[in-house]
Order: sequence, then C-alpha cells, then structure tokens
Amino acid sequence: MVSTAKFWREQASRYNLEGTHCLTCGSYFFPPRIVCPKCRRDGNIERYQFKGTGDVVTYTTVYQAPQNPNRQTPYTLATIKLDEGPRLLSEVICEPEEIGTGMRVRSVFRKIGEEGARGMIYYGTKFVLA
Amino acid sequence: MIRLIGIASYGAYVPSYRIKVEEIAKQWNEDPASIKSGLLVEEKSVPDLDEDTVTISVEAARAAILRAKIDPKAIGAIYVGSESHPYAVKPTATIVAAAIGAPHSTTAADFEFACKAGTAAIQACMGFVSLNKAKYGLAIGADVSQSSPGDALEYSAGAGGAAFIIGQNQVVAEIEEYASFTSDTPDFWRRDLQKYPSHSGRFTGEPAYFRHTISASEALMEKTGLRATDFDFVIFHQPNGKFPLKAAKTLGFTSAQIKPGLMVLHFGNTYSGASLIGLASVLDKASESQRILMTSFGSGAGSDAFALRVTDLIESVREKAPKVEDFLSSKKYLDYAAYAKHQGKIRM
Repeated sequence: MVSTAKFWREQASRYNLEGTHCLTCGSYFFPPRIVCPKCRRDGNIERYQFKGTGDVVTYTTVYQAPQNPNRQTPYTLATIKLDEGPRLLSEVICEPEEIGTGMRVRSVFRKIGEEGARGMIYYGTKFVLA
Repeated sequence: MIRLIGIASYGAYVPSYRIKVEEIAKQWNEDPASIKSGLLVEEKSVPDLDEDTVTISVEAARAAILRAKIDPKAIGAIYVGSESHPYAVKPTATIVAAAIGAPHSTTAADFEFACKAGTAAIQACMGFVSLNKAKYGLAIGADVSQSSPGDALEYSAGAGGAAFIIGQNQVVAEIEEYASFTSDTPDFWRRDLQKYPSHSGRFTGEPAYFRHTISASEALMEKTGLRATDFDFVIFHQPNGKFPLKAAKTLGFTSAQIKPGLMVLHFGNTYSGASLIGLASVLDKASESQRILMTSFGSGAGSDAFALRVTDLIESVREKAPKVEDFLSSKKYLDYAAYAKHQGKIRM
C-alpha cells in the first residue's frame, strides 16, 4: 500500500478519475500528465474529469492475493479503455465468470484498502459491469 | 416570488448483497416463520467487503447530484448522519465532499443520533439554506448497521443510505414544516470501542419508538393543521415492518398511505438510511401537489417529523438517477458464513 501522503496527492484521480486533456491535439491522459508528449511546448493542458465509462480490454482473475485481510479472492482485475481513450488497470466487481472482453463498465466508489485496524482507509474508483 | 425551502434533489444507494431471515435463523435454531411474522422482514441488505458508510454516502450523493444536475460547487454544507462512520476521528463528510467535487469553502460535519442523524442533517441544512448562507446543503443518512451475532437485531440490521440536497425555490418537494420530539430514553446504545449495540428489549417499543414517533407526528399535524387524510403518503422509521404499520394505524393512516415507503421488508433496517430511503422511494412515485409525512426515529431518543408537498419539478428529474426499486432487482444472496465475513464478524 502506498504512503498516506502519496495517496492524498493522488486523491482527485483516485476518487473522481481526474486526468488531463490537451486542448491543442485533443488527447486525454490518465493518470494526469502536465505536459502533452505530442505537442510538447505547444500543448495546452487542462484538468479533465473522465465520465467513468469504458470497455474491458483484457482481464485476469486473482486467486492468490497479496497480503490484505479485506481481500475476497477470487477478484478480477481488468485493463479498461475509457471512452475518452486512456487505459487504466482497475478491479471490476463481478463474479469471475461474468466478465468478458469488450464488455461495458462504469465507475463506482469503493474502499481500495486500509493500513490495518489503526491506519488510514483508502477509497477510490473501481468498476462494475454496466 | 414565494420562497420555498425543500428538496432540490435526492438519491439512494443500497448494496446488492442480501441474506434471508431463514439463513440467519438456521444458525441460531430459531423458527424463521415466527421471526418473519413478528418482524415483517423477509431479508436484509449486506455491504460488499469494500463498502461502508463512506462509499454508500458517496454513491447516494452522486445520484442526487446527477438527478437534478446540481452544481456541486454550489453546495455550502455537507452533514452525514450515521452510527457507523468508519473512523472514530476523521469525518465521513470530508471524504464525501472530495468525492463529489464540493468546494473547499463548504462546511462539513458528521452527525450521530442513532437512526435519526440523517433527518437532523436535513434540519441543519434547512437552516443554512434559509439564511442564504449557501445555495444548497447536502444531508445524508447512511449506515452499515451492526448487530450482535444471535441477537434479535441481527435479522433486521441492514445497509444503505440516501442523500438529500436541500435548496430554495427549484425544489422537487417543499418542506412545509417540521417538528421534533426529544427525550433522554435509554432504549438502545453502543458504548465507546464496543463493536455491537445493546438494547432494552421490549422497552424499545412503547416508551421509545412509539412515544417519539407519534408525539413528533402529532406535533407536526397540530402545527400545520393537517390531518392524516390530508397526506397521500406517510413514512416512519422502519426498525422492522410491524412498528411503522402500528404507528400509522394509531395516527389514523391507512396501509395504502404507508406501503409505498415501507422498504424494510426488502432491505432490513438501514438505521440512519431507513426513513430516508423510504422517502426517496415515495418521491420515486409521487405526483405534483401530493403531500408526504415523514417521521424519523433515533434511539436515545428522538423523532423529527416533516410535512412535504411535491412540486411539478419531480416529473422532469425522477428518471435521471437510479430509483429505490432498481436496488430490489439486482441482488445476490449470501450464506451465513459469507455474511459474517462481509459484516466483519470474523476477526482476522
């Protein structure tokens, strides 16, 4: 698990899928980039909140999880292509047999993890089948 | 222009997992038929392993924002009522604020008053909005209810919540008046650091639930001059199915008035969410000019009663976010062992 400070810095992205958008070339970035790799100094970057809908590109089901007492195996991780373009890795909340490539997903707000009984609880975005 | 204070938008959320009364009764050698007829509860909602009061509050609040296209930057107060805030110290309300994009100028706090903290949050938001301190106030009631294994509460303690955005003029339901009734009544409590609540058994009925619910409702009717027959719908706090039906009968309401908001049969007692999910369910069905009476109850004890009148705006926003009945269809059943894990009853 990441440190409390690092998680806090990435809160907008984790809670609200906040990334960036280059007004010059129209590209979208998640996680956010502060410089457009295509337009470089000609780029014009703005903050952008993704709609939270997309398609499953590929997925895997985890049966042997890293140590985390809240984990319920099996759980499914997927590469999701957001409708605006960027891809990200996220848990998809479903039974292993329910998911397939190309399926539509939408974002939901869930617990991502916690640092034991005394530590922080981390919240963020996961996906469900739409 | 007449200044109306009321509900500008609303949203509800109930987790998709359920456990049936039969499955719980099997563990404790109890007769499910007598429990079902005694409580009028068929099954109850259970949170997923990664759901808690924060995630339920956020989902309900996001639905409320979506329904009436509320600008989150215009929300000036956020109050979350619950008895299962995940932190003892660190507000649920700040996480909700960040997750809905509320501005840093928002004031926020968590409320606790057993099952009625959500309606206390509505009253606080009404004060805030009527003083023109903000365009909107967000009031939430949500819980992942805890109950001791084998206790009678275990058959009903569910999970869910509802969010209400309180505003002026552009409202789907005007809050015409409210009345409260509060007393120091020891019917149900949870001491600090204790995992499960305790209660006084049958004492939770007459001196607690019925006295407060009926007194607050009567005070409201006296204040407004409205009678039971003037309301199209009535919602009471729903610790089980029997109590609200009995309170309705005592006050002269019919089963046709109370049944549309009686969600406890399907979700169990969602504590701070219970009366508010009932109200959301009624707003999903109500038409312009219909009147609603909603009375919460929180142990310890108190009730807040509200007289609401639905406006014509309801028709244009109703379908824009999930309705309460949408949470009835998508459900997955758990056995007792999986339920115990979901509720944190198994310590790891």
